[in-house]
Parts: sequence; structure tokens; C-alpha cells
Amino acid sequence: MTMMLNVKDLRAYYGQVQALHGLSFSLNEGSLTTLLGANGAGKTTTLRAICNMVRSTGAIEFEGKPIGNRSTENVVRLGIAHVPQGRGTFTNMTVEENLQLGAITRGDKKNIVADIERMYDHFPVLKQRHTQQAGTLSGGEQQMLAVARALMLRPRLMLLDEPSFGLAPLVVRDLFRILGKINREDKVTILVVEQNAQLALELADQAYVIETGRIVMSGNAKDVANNEDVRKSYLGY
Amino acid sequence: MELFANQVLAGIATGAIYACMALAVVMIYQAIDHLNFAQGEMAMFSTFMSWQMMQWGVPYWWAFILTVILSFAGGILIERLLFKPLAKAPVLTNVAGFIALFAIVNSVAGLIWDFTIKQYPTPFGSSPFLGSQLISTHQAGMVGVTLLLLAGLYFFFQFTRIGLAMRAAASLPESARLVGINTSWMIALGWGMAAAIGAIAGMLIAPVVFLEPNMMGGVLIYGFASAVLGGLSSPLGAVIGGFLVGVFENLAGTYIPGVGNELKLPIALALIITVLVVKPAGLFGRPIVKRV
Repeated sequence: MTMMLNVKDLRAYYGQVQALHGLSFSLNEGSLTTLLGANGAGKTTTLRAICNMVRSTGAIEFEGKPIGNRSTENVVRLGIAHVPQGRGTFTNMTVEENLQLGAITRGDKKNIVADIERMYDHFPVLKQRHTQQAGTLSGGEQQMLAVARALMLRPRLMLLDEPSFGLAPLVVRDLFRILGKINREDKVTILVVEQNAQLALELADQAYVIETGRIVMSGNAKDVANNEDVRKSYLGY
Repeated sequence: MELFANQVLAGIATGAIYACMALAVVMIYQAIDHLNFAQGEMAMFSTFMSWQMMQWGVPYWWAFILTVILSFAGGILIERLLFKPLAKAPVLTNVAGFIALFAIVNSVAGLIWDFTIKQYPTPFGSSPFLGSQLISTHQAGMVGVTLLLLAGLYFFFQFTRIGLAMRAAASLPESARLVGINTSWMIALGWGMAAAIGAIAGMLIAPVVFLEPNMMGGVLIYGFASAVLGGLSSPLGAVIGGFLVGVFENLAGTYIPGVGNELKLPIALALIITVLVVKPAGLFGRPIVKRV
């Protein structure tokens, strides 16, 4: 299986404070991987470091090419879509404009309209609201919009930062079902950071657990889910 | 009644000047979230460039087009050289930068072209427009150009990808980078467009106020007033604000005893303060709807 993303000895800093202490992990092409950890463990920082939104050292390779020195927008242009914490919705623009922005770097203009329709198939509620200002959407709808916007890039790799945050359980189920579908059908490699460990481990095939900026466990999602420490710390039984 | 109608008409004519300038102000505010105090001086400099070309024998419209292109490039250059390094600096540093730019451009223009008042030609002629003594064909032309400019900008921002990208970069830079937009260049583009619009405003205003290095001082204040009145986030608001300020200023000068010509400028300033207190988003500024 080929490697999509390879991260070696990643260290990240906020000013003087070091948030990641030599993180190494890799993602197989087509995999759905979850990154688990408590608050402040460095999950968000890891995603931000991949997109060069925080100062970091170490090696990050995407499809065999180093991307550590690229600016955020140039990382994105390689086909890495990042759904940030808080969703990053363009609240004063319409739902449809948000989707168009997701595809703003693409050269194949004629496929964009069809892709927007595809997103409306995935997320019918967005179609109903396509002329509405995105800021008027509910939290769950905005999260769907954020995922749809990321997919409009036709990404090779999608990074999701706590997509379940603040959503009702039923909405989360729905969202994760769609993520699984996207991963299988569109062959998008997915790395999802989650607080909802149980759901994330059900969905994922690979899992990493980080604590205070270090990887403390990795492996097959099922094995990780059966690990006693993980059960106690993250699954609560 | 006829006096009233005439004053409104005259107000619309002067309002076109403010509307043009306000468009440039809104343009830059959208891109960088600051008011550029040197906007008027940049426009004045552009106007001088076009005047110089005409002195060298370049026909009006050629000089006009060349000046717009050069100003666009000049705006980008100023952003890259002066304000890109200040992008992460505090607001006051930027303000100091704007004031420095104001002073420099003003003195350089004075140095090159001196401070004597120069005639500036109009492409529209200056005969009475449709028989009215209050509005000339030049002023009617200005109203037309302003509306064309507005339509062009509206089209650009609503229906082009680069316009959409610029709006995204202005409203949420981090999210814009996450969809792959080079926000730094969007800002530069905003500067270029603001400088080009300013150049058009300057070339249209010069036949009315005459050409000299200090020609834009008063105009810029009215431009700010118009932009604030209309809403700093709305080009349409800026233009309507411009016309409203022009009309308001004329009516106040005519009907409020003791105002006259001398007190017109304070009226603009009073207007800025009133709007900021009563309706900070301006008449057409889009209030941001947020669900929590």
C-alpha cells in the first residue's frame, strides 16, 4: 500500500511554547485514520502543522514530496483539504458561494457545477438553503457545509478537526456515515481528529493516540479500541 | 420648489465626485480593513501623470487608459513595497504609513509639477446639460462614469471567481487560505484596483476643482463621509452615500441659515459622526447575521 502522508519528528511551537514533541506517523492511501487524545494533547496543532498554519520543524511528506516549506495556500493546492475547528464558514456569503470557494483553485471549471450538485446529493439540506447566508445555518448544517466545501477541492487528503463538536448525536452519526461513504467511493484519504473516540474508532481503520504532543499508541482501529488503557481513558468503560 | 429641484440636481452633480472617491475608499477598506488616508493623494498623482501625458501630446482617452493601467500597477507596487511588510503590524503603524505616504506623494507631486493651479480638460464638454444651468455635460458624464464603474465592480465581485476570492480573503483570511486563496496577492490586487478607481475619480474631478497637489484634500473627506454613510463594506452604499452627501451638503447650504459655503465641510464631518453613532454599519453595510 502506498503512503499518502508521512510525518517525521514533527515539533510545533506557539511562540516559546512547544506543543508537539517529535510526532511521527503516516497515512496509507485510501485509509481513514483517526487521531485521538485528550484536550490539549496536540491534535489540532498536528493538523495545523501539516497545513503550515503554525511554526514547526520536522519532515512532512505528501505523496513522497516534502511540503514543510509550502505556504498554507500552496499546501491546499496540492489537494489537501482542511476542515478547521470552528468550521471556518464564510458566514456572510451564501451556501453556494461557500461551495464555489472550495473549488476556487480548480482549473476544470465545467465540472464544478456538477460537483456542487453532487454535494447537494450528499447533503440535501444544503440544496434547500443554497441561496441563504451561511451564517444563518445551524451548527450541524454549517459542519456539513464545511465538509462539502472541503470536498469541492476534490482533495486527495482530507483533514477534519473535530467534526462532531457541538452537534447532536444523530447529526454526528449522519455526518460520519457520509464521511465513510466519501472515503470508500471517492477514494479520499481521511485523517479525522476526534473527541468522540468511540464513534471515531468505529469509523476508522487506523488510529493514533497522542498525549502531550507525542504518539503513545498506534495501530489498527479495532486493536486500539480493545486496548485497556484506551478503553479506560477515552471510551469510559 | 424649482429652487429645491435645482439644488438636488446640483447636489447629485457634486455627489458624483464624492461617490467616485468613496468607491476607491471602500475598495481599499474591503481589502485591508483600514482607511487609506493617502488615497486622495494617490489619485492626485495619477491625475498629474495623465496631465503630463497630455502635455506631451497624448490624446485624452489614451492618457486616461494609460493612467488607469499605470495607477493599477502603482497601487500594487505601493502595497508590495510599503504595506506588505506592515501587514502584521498594529493599526497605528499602518496609520503612520498612510500619513507618510500622504506627505511623500503630496510633496513629490509639488516638486515635479509645482503648486500652481492648472487647467484640466474634460472629455464631456462643459456646456449646460439638457438645457439646465445647474448641471453641465461634464457633471452628467461623471454621474454616468460613476454608475458604470459601480456596475463593473458589482459584476466583478458577484460573478467572477477572482472577485469571489477577493471577498473571501477580505472577510476571513485564514479560511480563504484553507481553500487555497493567496490572500496576500488579493490585498495587492485590492490596492491596485483602489488606485485605478482613484485615478478615474481624480481625472473626473480635476476639471471641476482644477489640478494642483492639494486638490483632493476636501474631496477625500467627503469621500470618507460618503463611504461611512453608505457603509464601508458596500460599493453600492458608497455611491448612494456619495450622492446623498452631495445633495445634503447643497440643501444645507441653501436652506439652513448661516451655513453657506464656508460651513459645508463641517457638515460632512458631522455626518460621519452621526452615522457612526446611530448606525455604525452605514445605510447599506451588510450586518453580519450570526446564529449562536
